[in-house]
Amino acid sequence: MSTNEFMIRMENVNKWYGDFHVLKDVNLNVKKGEKVVICGPSGSGKSTTIRCLNHLEKFQQGKIFIGETELIEDVKIVRHIRSKVGMVFQHFNLFPHLSVLENLVIAPTWVHKKPRKEAIETAMYYLDRVKISDQANKYPNQLSGGQQQRVAVARCLCFNPEIMLFDEPTSALDPEMVSEVLDVMVELADEGITMICVTHEMGFAKKVADRVIFMDGGQIIEENEPHTFFEQPESDRLKLFLDQILSH
Amino acid sequence: MAIYDIKEAKPAPINNRGIIFWLRKNLFSDIKNSLLSVFCIYFLYLTVPPALDWLFFSATWSGSQEDIVNDGARWIFIIEKFDQFIYGFYPEALHWRPLFVAALTVAFIASVKLLKNIKLKIIIILLYPFVSIVFIHGGLFGLETVETNKWGGLMLTVIVAAVGIIASFPIGILLALGRQSDMPIVKTLCVGFIEFVRGVPLITILFMASVVLPLFFHDGIDFDKLLRALIGITLFQAAYIAEVVRGGLQAIPKGQYEASESLGLSYWQGMILIILPQALKISIPNLVGSFISLFKDTTLVLIIGLFDILAMVTLTNSDSNWLGYEVEGYVFVTFIYWVFCFSMSQYSKSVERRFNTELK
Repeated sequence: MSTNEFMIRMENVNKWYGDFHVLKDVNLNVKKGEKVVICGPSGSGKSTTIRCLNHLEKFQQGKIFIGETELIEDVKIVRHIRSKVGMVFQHFNLFPHLSVLENLVIAPTWVHKKPRKEAIETAMYYLDRVKISDQANKYPNQLSGGQQQRVAVARCLCFNPEIMLFDEPTSALDPEMVSEVLDVMVELADEGITMICVTHEMGFAKKVADRVIFMDGGQIIEENEPHTFFEQPESDRLKLFLDQILSH
Repeated sequence: MAIYDIKEAKPAPINNRGIIFWLRKNLFSDIKNSLLSVFCIYFLYLTVPPALDWLFFSATWSGSQEDIVNDGARWIFIIEKFDQFIYGFYPEALHWRPLFVAALTVAFIASVKLLKNIKLKIIIILLYPFVSIVFIHGGLFGLETVETNKWGGLMLTVIVAAVGIIASFPIGILLALGRQSDMPIVKTLCVGFIEFVRGVPLITILFMASVVLPLFFHDGIDFDKLLRALIGITLFQAAYIAEVVRGGLQAIPKGQYEASESLGLSYWQGMILIILPQALKISIPNLVGSFISLFKDTTLVLIIGLFDILAMVTLTNSDSNWLGYEVEGYVFVTFIYWVFCFSMSQYSKSVERRFNTELK
């Protein structure tokens, strides 16, 4: 298989916080259009892994390729990669001083140099897609958590990224709002965008993922297609983890 | 098991209203409170009527010194010396020039607020300081030059405060960003500057600017005393602004930085569009507090021989025709300072309200 088929390649990525070894030889290849779910106990390095992909975290050893571009510490390359990678955060991180619409317009106009009018049209299109176009002129703090997270997804879609990273997108939501965000993510997955999602929503993983990855202690322990992953886990640690999250 | 009906919303119980209720609740709720209220009312009775009497009812508002019959305030002193309090030693025939600049300032603020055209706005913003300086200082377009040592009074106070506030603001922001920078040299320089300036009194900096600085220049390029004071005050104020802004920057959650980075915004785009608007909004109360202290500190230029409004009052009191009018003079200056500082504080409140998108 040619390496060019991969949208994301991580080769032996290692990262330390001081003396603490957070990522241990992480190897991860993701094909164009593939949906990958990463799960694992807290502190297992799953968020750190996807945060390395858009250089929110630096890594000390190994290589990362996004498409053809190697991710190195160079302002231009980092910005180029970030313009292709959208990220949705656990705490939404909308800009509270800007209206919903302005939140969506800011990256297309300033980073991608689109005319403002065009950016507004795109923004309204994606707000409509996530079903909150009627809230366009409100401020983020006037919206519910679920609505805010949908705005955050739309904010990424506005610059037409090739890859979407989700960092526990539903963990900070009230239970009744989880499904409205997952619905948007499922819809997005159906359209064929490359997706890496750190989540504990196992239902979502079963429904959408091409591959589920289990991380623990900074390394990938087991990966498989979802059916086998959940029905026939091999490693003891994954068995224990699945027991713990599915036992109630 | 039980199932409950959905309840209708009822109006809240009506509170007792009226003066008697308010008095009983707020002033006379128990014995201690009542005693305190009575004491305070008695104290106000002792102080307020005489003060009002002195200020207004027995005051002399017009005429000459011979007309004074009551022992209230003799405001004729203020009226007589008014021009000196406002303009200092600025030539009387040219008083229209600072007055014109004051009117220009009002027009400037209004046009910046009302104009929609951004290019026009920028032209006006760039033109305004230049036009103001030309009109006050003169020397161009046939306007007679008025040296800065003739500037004084309220005009000087306002000029020093305005230049200090406007010039120190961007410098302070840059220092605050520099202090947070990853670049060690920039960071060290900014921290060093801020901590040095905050460690010395303003008087020291003014003395340095007026006495020590000229020692480093050759006789030919000795520049203006007021300009030196302005530079000193600006740098002094910038260090304080930097610390206030740093407080605002630290209050911005890390997620905001990460979100703006992950969207691909550059450092300066992220700062200008995302981080600073939020940080400055949080800092408004402290920024205005700092501007208000600067406004009051401008009076220290007195010690390097510049005559601001307070110095003008002290000076006019030594006029042998008008001896013994200190009290009126200082009450007047107090009032002027209060009007300016109170306006600034009210303005800051309105700005805060305008920028409030948190809806707490």
